[in-house]
Amino acid sequence: MKFKGKVWKFKDDVNTDEIIPARYLNTTDPKELGAHCMEDADPEFPKKVSKGDIIVAGRNFGCGSSREHAQISLKGAGVSCVIAESFARIFLRNAINMGLPILEIKEAGLIKEGDYLEIDLDSGRIVDLTEHKEYRSKPLPKFIQEIIRAGGLLRWVKKKGLKRRTR
Amino acid sequence: MPYTITEKILLAHTDKKSIAPGEFIYARIDLALGNDITAPIAIKEFEAIGAKKVFDRNKIALVPDHFTPAKDSKSADQVKILRAFAEKHGIVNYFEVGQMGVEHALLPEKGLVGPGDLVIGADSHTCTYGALGAFSTGIGSTDLAAGFITGCIWLKVPETMKFVYTGKLNKWVGGKDLILYTIGDIGVDGALYRAMEFTGEVIRHLSMDDRFSMCNMAIEAGGKSGIIEPDEITKKYITSEGRRVKGVFYKSDEGAEYRDVREYDAARIEPQVSAPHLPSNSGPVSKFKKVNIDQSVIGSCTNGRISDLRIAAKVMKGRKVSSRVRTIILPATQKIYKQAMEEGLAEIFLNAGAVFSTPSCGPCLGGHLGILASGERAIATTNRNFKGRMGHPNSEVYLSNPAVAAASAIKGRIAHPEEI
Repeated sequence: MKFKGKVWKFKDDVNTDEIIPARYLNTTDPKELGAHCMEDADPEFPKKVSKGDIIVAGRNFGCGSSREHAQISLKGAGVSCVIAESFARIFLRNAINMGLPILEIKEAGLIKEGDYLEIDLDSGRIVDLTEHKEYRSKPLPKFIQEIIRAGGLLRWVKKKGLKRRTR
Repeated sequence: MPYTITEKILLAHTDKKSIAPGEFIYARIDLALGNDITAPIAIKEFEAIGAKKVFDRNKIALVPDHFTPAKDSKSADQVKILRAFAEKHGIVNYFEVGQMGVEHALLPEKGLVGPGDLVIGADSHTCTYGALGAFSTGIGSTDLAAGFITGCIWLKVPETMKFVYTGKLNKWVGGKDLILYTIGDIGVDGALYRAMEFTGEVIRHLSMDDRFSMCNMAIEAGGKSGIIEPDEITKKYITSEGRRVKGVFYKSDEGAEYRDVREYDAARIEPQVSAPHLPSNSGPVSKFKKVNIDQSVIGSCTNGRISDLRIAAKVMKGRKVSSRVRTIILPATQKIYKQAMEEGLAEIFLNAGAVFSTPSCGPCLGGHLGILASGERAIATTNRNFKGRMGHPNSEVYLSNPAVAAASAIKGRIAHPEEI
């Protein structure tokens, strides 16, 4: 899958309370959650973000709570992909399981706000069209690719049969 | 091949002959937990994919504890989803208001988790049960939905970091201080993707309540799980107060491989306080004595257990909280609530001018029962002090143990219990 988008930059340790504050967790509606996306990190973000935009952040993106409202909110706001130096583990699981594209690159800090990126998810190739630079993310483990190819965890489960498994 | 306790538990939940860190496994689960925030999404996904049956109605726990008793009608709608699902599938462990408590205090108390178990929970603090010698980790709602259907979870076998605590604990220092100190040392991603194994003579003498506080905050260092080898103290806990948990008592092998081993001399650890906006901003309480506070919260899955309330009561007995400080004390479960009444702790709190209210996660995540206004500052025995965590984005949370939170409530500023 290939797509292009504009970059919004965020710092290290962006936590799930910033991505979607707990005051909005009494709903699971993507539109409503999207309208408050990243609000406590940047109150203007929900107004500024356009469909297809890309978030680029530092280390440990998505630390904190296990709430999938974070992924629902990012997708609801139109964010097409999150690139970070590293991801917190539950956020990473949730993104894989829910089909929110994420890429891990050490050089995330070199990408600037407002840059346009072209991303090839299959190969992990990221081209910064503004700066004319190219980056490669770590390839995802085979097992994870299998889940993504199936279209998320539940579709993967469905393929194997919606029943109790012993292994 | 020598294994850590974490590797042994994971191996026992697969059909594999051996296991190694970094390997992906598909493991059987003994318990799958969801709450009023995360379970509604899991239930909707369960139904949307066309699943008809849960893997085992005895191995699912649904605890509406975050926005309950329902703070508004939208929250009430979320709980309705849990209630209906529990009824439809005959889920045994659904805990209605009046029986519920903060999930990570409630499940061990009810004897639903034991040593050697593999537990998943759609709540990041699910790592708490490592205190019982279980492998226990936070996952998302989609994982939970898949767990409801299959009774299995995909996991990457984590590397383990070992934390050895030697010497003797100082007065007023408990599990909360050890873990805040440790997070301060390694940072909020210092244990990212890894299991944190807590050991050493200090841990061997630590009460279950303190062990729960420590393992509870493994996630605040980015950890996948926290774990303590079960021993006589664990055994006593799982077989007392009506609990009859058996469990398997695994121990790490001599020669097991650790990614990192860190040693801490407990004698050098003072009561800790973590300054905004990261749990890793920890330091000795004496460093923060000039910080005025507007609110003190004692409770949560980290420090809302009976021994926490006893410590707070010891500090507050016969004293009044500062007129400037709203002091909110939330026992973590109904049982703890009742115990606090019977032991006279509730009376001490009420006489001191504190609120003593029903179990709920409430203020910890800025849900309800004590939300901060812009510019306000709280000390709390909770586990996160992220920006805006307890309310307005311009409010601040300092984390501490219950003795420090109680002493601070009395002084109106962050205070060492010795000052009282």
